[in-house]
Amino acid sequence: MSSYRGKYADELIANATYIGTPGKGILAADESTGTIGKRLSSINVENIESNRRALRELLFCTPGALQYLSGVILFEETLYQKTAAGKPFVDVMKEAGVLPGIKVDKGTVELAGTNGETTTQGLDGLAARCAQYYSAGARFAKWRAVLKIGPNEPSQLAINENANGLARYAIICQENGLVPIVEPEILVDGPHDINKCADVTERVLAACYKALNDHHVLLEGTLLKPNMVTPGSDAKKVAPEVVAEYTVRALQRTMPPAVPAVVFLSGGQSEEEATVNLNAMNQYKGKKPWSLSFSFGRALQQSTLKAWAGKEENVKKAQDAFLARCKANSEATLGTYQGGSGLSEGASESLHVKDYKY
Amino acid sequence: MSCFKGKYADELIANATYIGTPGKGILAADESTGTIGKRLSSIGVENSESNRRALRELLFCTPGALQYCSGIILFEETLYQKTAAGKPFVEIMKENKVLPGIKVDKGTVELAGTNGETTTTGLDGLGQRCAQYYEAGARFAKWRAVLKISANEPSQLSINENAYGLARYAMICQENGLVPIVEPEILVDGPHDINKCADVTERVLAACYKALNDHHVLLEGTLLKPNMVTPGSDSKKVAPEVVAEYTVRALLRTMPAAVPAVVFLSGGQSEEEATVNLNAINKVQGKKPWSLTFSFGRALQQSTLKAWAGKEENVKKAQEVFLARCKANSEATLGKYQGGAAAEGATESLHIKDYKY
Repeated sequence: MSSYRGKYADELIANATYIGTPGKGILAADESTGTIGKRLSSINVENIESNRRALRELLFCTPGALQYLSGVILFEETLYQKTAAGKPFVDVMKEAGVLPGIKVDKGTVELAGTNGETTTQGLDGLAARCAQYYSAGARFAKWRAVLKIGPNEPSQLAINENANGLARYAIICQENGLVPIVEPEILVDGPHDINKCADVTERVLAACYKALNDHHVLLEGTLLKPNMVTPGSDAKKVAPEVVAEYTVRALQRTMPPAVPAVVFLSGGQSEEEATVNLNAMNQYKGKKPWSLSFSFGRALQQSTLKAWAGKEENVKKAQDAFLARCKANSEATLGTYQGGSGLSEGASESLHVKDYKY
Repeated sequence: MSCFKGKYADELIANATYIGTPGKGILAADESTGTIGKRLSSIGVENSESNRRALRELLFCTPGALQYCSGIILFEETLYQKTAAGKPFVEIMKENKVLPGIKVDKGTVELAGTNGETTTTGLDGLGQRCAQYYEAGARFAKWRAVLKISANEPSQLSINENAYGLARYAMICQENGLVPIVEPEILVDGPHDINKCADVTERVLAACYKALNDHHVLLEGTLLKPNMVTPGSDSKKVAPEVVAEYTVRALLRTMPAAVPAVVFLSGGQSEEEATVNLNAINKVQGKKPWSLTFSFGRALQQSTLKAWAGKEENVKKAQEVFLARCKANSEATLGKYQGGAAAEGATESLHIKDYKY
């Protein structure tokens, strides 16, 4: 058969489409224990389970924020956590019409014989884990593949290996009721210009969609989480309209219209930059037969974290910052963002960390 | 670089987009000498150069027909022919805003080790031939790859080989100013159902677009000429709405939005069937970020040929028949065809098993 027609087909299509609802997007709150530890230590907060729980409660229970979110990606620990009052986070989400998602990959490992390129692990026992997560309330999943641009990178091996991993992960998810977010992140690191980024992005996306087709993945029940097409971190910046044009064009050239939505990653972009770029994309005139929305982690949480600083008395201020970013990005999906939304401390701060390891 | 950005880029994009103009489509009049010979003999007409010329003049000079054609695909001989009065065919087309196209492949050959599967030849010297055709006025080209459905077909070899050939041809055309029509025809022959056709079509199209990407082809300056998704010729027919649903879905799953238009082949469908299916395709609700139009050969000419029968006194009648089919298909691209533009032969199946052009 050409593509998955199993028992979850209709549900996958409905959920993937819902996630792309105009005005909504995804909060990526799936930082692993190690990664969230770095964030917490940057605001002098101890990396213990109760602090991790408190941070996520701060976010998920921000009054009025969940209306701007169609989904939240969680780390496994969080899927089973509750509010201080004892209500499971997944129930909070369900009541607010937010789909819980789950990070299912197990990080990257280096590919021997390459110049530091990687592949992503996590296929072993993936089906059983997906089924378990579905039972716990998850309805979509995420798997991050990482590629880089260098004189000889990405190599054909890296492209093929990562595309294949994404395709295997995607079909296993679909067999178990989870909408797979396909994330082939091409790191922004480097001195290359936007044309180079466009070329690589188009090659990588073409390889991904060929692999998804080979593996019989039901495209209507998937989402794409790509990088925006931008100059490298060491190259001169360009206007948001240019980012928008190059990004939409790359998608037009590679992503079949059957895919309902794109949920961009923010990479190292500051909160404001990511929102402004997303806004420009939604204002861009041209064929866009898919929703263009967000799946932001750092670009939604940075100022909120700084405002919280781990202190109970700062929760309200932190939640105000978070609500403002959610609303701003919601407007960006409609192309109506006016800019400067409640810029808190840190909103224009670049979040780029060289060779970022999650 | 990811895709072609050479001197013809803007022109290729403009021409490909123009071909997909709503209300217009392509007349495939590129039958090789051998093939047109079979058509002529079916109406008792000798296969001479002047008869071939006369037939094409009948078609191209039908009053009012060219407004429905954005392009006409020609065989090499025809590119250099003129009306009886001495006017080059390409001039007539130019005056009527019809882009001349040219068949550039050299037919199929069998792939050893397969069960009669083929690859298409014509890459040698293709660059020069394209440049020459561009000089002569051609602005788009056509290359037909052929695949079949059977127990073990299409094989991976056949898919890869044909996708590769199409991509090389496409790139060479673009380097020389011709918009390449990418035609991966999956023959309708067989007892398979529509699901099987859909599966194969999706696999083949995915392979084609991967190959086009690998070869740096500028998708905005190409066209696709696929089969519609239908049951096999030996299988029960389905309603046009079903053909439409399956066909559009296959395209949504495989064809990037950058491609401006699809120009369907008619395969063995009768004139009326092809038009009705195209109409249904244009009525499908939902995403369709490309024009959906026609590139019909037999399905535009069958009744016209019969009406002409090679006789001068029949020309006017034959031209009326041709005009009616052009108009019907134009309406179908707008989803407005009401049916019944049928002349004798319009509902006759044009399917010939293992059709060789």
